[in-house]
Amino acid sequence: MANPADGGLMARLLPSRSKGNVQDQFYRLALLLFGVSIPLLFLFIVLRIGTEAWPAMEAFGWGFITGTEWNPVLREFGALPFIFGTVVSSVLALMIALPLSVGLAIFLTELAPRWLAAPIAFATELLAAIPSVVYGLWGIFVLVPWLRFTIQEPLSRHFGDVIPIFEGPAYGFSMMAGAVILSIMIIPFISAVTREVLTAVPRDQREAALALGATRWEMTWQVALPYALPGIIGGAILGLGRALGETMAITMVIGNRPDIAASLFAPGYTMASVLANEFAEATGALYLSALMEIALILFGITIVVNIFAQLLVWRVAKRGGR
Amino acid sequence: MNAELQPSTMAPHRPSRSPGAEAEASALPPARELESAVEATDFSFWYGSNQALDSISLTVPARKVTALIGPSGCGKSTFLRSINRMNDLIPGIRHEGDITLHGDSVYRNDRDVVQLRKSVGMVFQKSNPFPKSIYQNVAYGPKVNRLVRGRAEMDELVERSLRRAALWDEVKDRLDSSALGLSGGQQQRLCIARALAVSPEVILMDEPASALDPVATQKIEELIYELKHEYTILIVTHNMQQAARVSDYTAFFYMGRLIEMGRTQQLFTNPHEEQTEAYITGRFG
Amino acid sequence: MADSLSRRRRWTNRIMLTLTGVASVLILVPLTLILSYLMTAGSGAINIDFFTQLPAPVGEEGGGMVNALVGTLFLVLLAGALGLPIAVGAGIYLAEARKSPFANLVRFIADVMNGIPSIVTGIFVWAWIVLWMGRFSLLAGSVALAVMLIPMVTRTTEEMVRLVPRELREGGIALGFTRWRTTLGIVIPAARGGILTGILVALARISGETAPLLFTAFGNPFMEWRLNEPISALPLLIYQYAISPYDEWHRLAWAAALVLIALVLVISLLTRFLIKDPHRER
Repeated sequence: MANPADGGLMARLLPSRSKGNVQDQFYRLALLLFGVSIPLLFLFIVLRIGTEAWPAMEAFGWGFITGTEWNPVLREFGALPFIFGTVVSSVLALMIALPLSVGLAIFLTELAPRWLAAPIAFATELLAAIPSVVYGLWGIFVLVPWLRFTIQEPLSRHFGDVIPIFEGPAYGFSMMAGAVILSIMIIPFISAVTREVLTAVPRDQREAALALGATRWEMTWQVALPYALPGIIGGAILGLGRALGETMAITMVIGNRPDIAASLFAPGYTMASVLANEFAEATGALYLSALMEIALILFGITIVVNIFAQLLVWRVAKRGGR
Repeated sequence: MNAELQPSTMAPHRPSRSPGAEAEASALPPARELESAVEATDFSFWYGSNQALDSISLTVPARKVTALIGPSGCGKSTFLRSINRMNDLIPGIRHEGDITLHGDSVYRNDRDVVQLRKSVGMVFQKSNPFPKSIYQNVAYGPKVNRLVRGRAEMDELVERSLRRAALWDEVKDRLDSSALGLSGGQQQRLCIARALAVSPEVILMDEPASALDPVATQKIEELIYELKHEYTILIVTHNMQQAARVSDYTAFFYMGRLIEMGRTQQLFTNPHEEQTEAYITGRFG
Repeated sequence: MADSLSRRRRWTNRIMLTLTGVASVLILVPLTLILSYLMTAGSGAINIDFFTQLPAPVGEEGGGMVNALVGTLFLVLLAGALGLPIAVGAGIYLAEARKSPFANLVRFIADVMNGIPSIVTGIFVWAWIVLWMGRFSLLAGSVALAVMLIPMVTRTTEEMVRLVPRELREGGIALGFTRWRTTLGIVIPAARGGILTGILVALARISGETAPLLFTAFGNPFMEWRLNEPISALPLLIYQYAISPYDEWHRLAWAAALVLIALVLVISLLTRFLIKDPHRER
């Protein structure tokens, strides 16, 4: 992909890199400084949050991650409910979003005529452009009441005693509401990536399948999707990363109660939400440091997820460029 | 354009053939007198407002090799892809007239396209194996069409198809390795095996050897020669030597029209139409 | 038998393809609902006061959000001023250095930084600027937004610069131009439309961000534009009003959300227009 000729030409025209034009040397240096600033900024973020979180890490050790009690007044700081809430809401969101996104992507690439595909694609892009806080606003006043009265109450009444995930009173503000709003927010993202990799499936692969007597669906499901799978997984994981770090919308609908409940209808709490809610009011150095440690954990989880996704996407890109 | 003209430098000489083919060729009756596999009647085809084919009427004899030749853009590939309706994927297409496969219209309204494509195998210009194992590539067609029951039958069918495609000996020890590890020529023969596995009646080949080196090309040509005893083969090629070597009948397309169709030997040595002669002798502008 | 099998396959084909259409409709439902709610609930509260008045105290009718509008404008402009030079510079660096191992590292880190949760960015800037200044401020809010802006614009700039045909670059060098003159005089202008589009999209995105501002810009019920004072922003106000118990404030929150969405929409339409800009076709 890189043009070896490019470097070669440069090298020939600018006799030697070390002794080249003085202006160009200065230019290269300036560019390099800009380039260096990004890793430096990243390091600085890690360092700054790490330093602030250090007192809490020293004070609580691993118990911070495994502790289930969060009671700042009693100086009890166990972050497990938040980690649980973040992971569960995001994974649920991915479970809702992935099939829908892949369905949309298939519809747009394989089925819809162009006059229909273009506006739908634009509409989903629009969905991605809506600010998180507006999703939250809509969640509070529209989604949560609807979930509560049309979904949760009947389900809880009929199945609550038998199926644990439906048990308990229907609060509306719940893990379920959080997962649904997150899924709406990551759908445009996953479907865009899926659409891109599906479009990149070579036409001859599709034609080979059709020519062998595959139906359109068989062609898509057995040939196009497997071909695009690594990219789709990469997109899904990137979407998961988004969901894990999402703050405003989920804070506004998840109910913000630090419990670990089996029921989807019970309120939950995420790492991002506790930061948004309590950081400004945190009194005492240890409380603040505990919140900093939560920020550090959230940072760590999303970084790991993103690195993983990025490596996958890059591998796909490399394969595509072969 | 230059590439188109190149092969014609040899046209004044008689193309070299295997002796068997020659004896057979001279005994060939005109295409119309044979049992026909594919028959086009006044078939026209448009991409949007762009007419690609203009009333093509053509009889393709069964269990013979018919070559479609002509300069690029002459419609030969479009015609080929009209037979198994591969062009259906392209938006804005339109056709008039009809093509029949063993007397049955390809374009009738209730035609099952999937069934049609199953009975018409296709080999593409660029070999396009799926990124799966060699075995899975051949097994794909029988699997989606549920042609066999059980692993044993599938094994047998895969082996038979690979043998017919003259690939078995080269790959029998690594059926489970990726098809992408094969050489270009092997990949193309794998694609032929894959097409054979669904027992098609007609095989369409769209410049099957254009991306291959001479040795691999020769293998494909030998294979075509073998296969014609059981299958009707239509091959699109811009290489006139190749058309002369492998085919029994040749159709010359120009600007979306069928100019001339006849026995290969006759068409290359004694064409009826002036345009055909101009093309095969390289006087083409 | 073969017939029934093929009938089953045909039905599977139909059902599954229909399901993809159903999925598409399901995805469009929330979008339609959100937009229609914004229109009905938001447009009622939008009037001249909304754009000119400060928020009214609880219990009083009316009031506006001029402070939040001004705040968002200042925050975004300052974030652009702080972040864009670095981002565009780093993007050019990546495009020029291409495959050098260090450039790969920078590119990788920029991609990873794009995934940092915005609330973590806000807390980082709190621990940096707010602790250092001892107070919430416009400056802190802008830095937080700039930290989000930098990785986004870096990558789009790189991609756009790389799209410029090699011949153009070589043309400059072959004329005896220095490398910096070739880049700044020929390559960047050729990529201008794309770079600008990337910048606008990024600005639109940060103008809707709430989480990074919670502990940096913090919010302010009064008009403010000094660097070292807390300042309000449209998303902050939407959040505060949405979680408040007052109906009047809810109405204002919808109105503010409508304005925010309109802003984002205008910018994305503007980018469409830019993409059609003839200058971009080299």
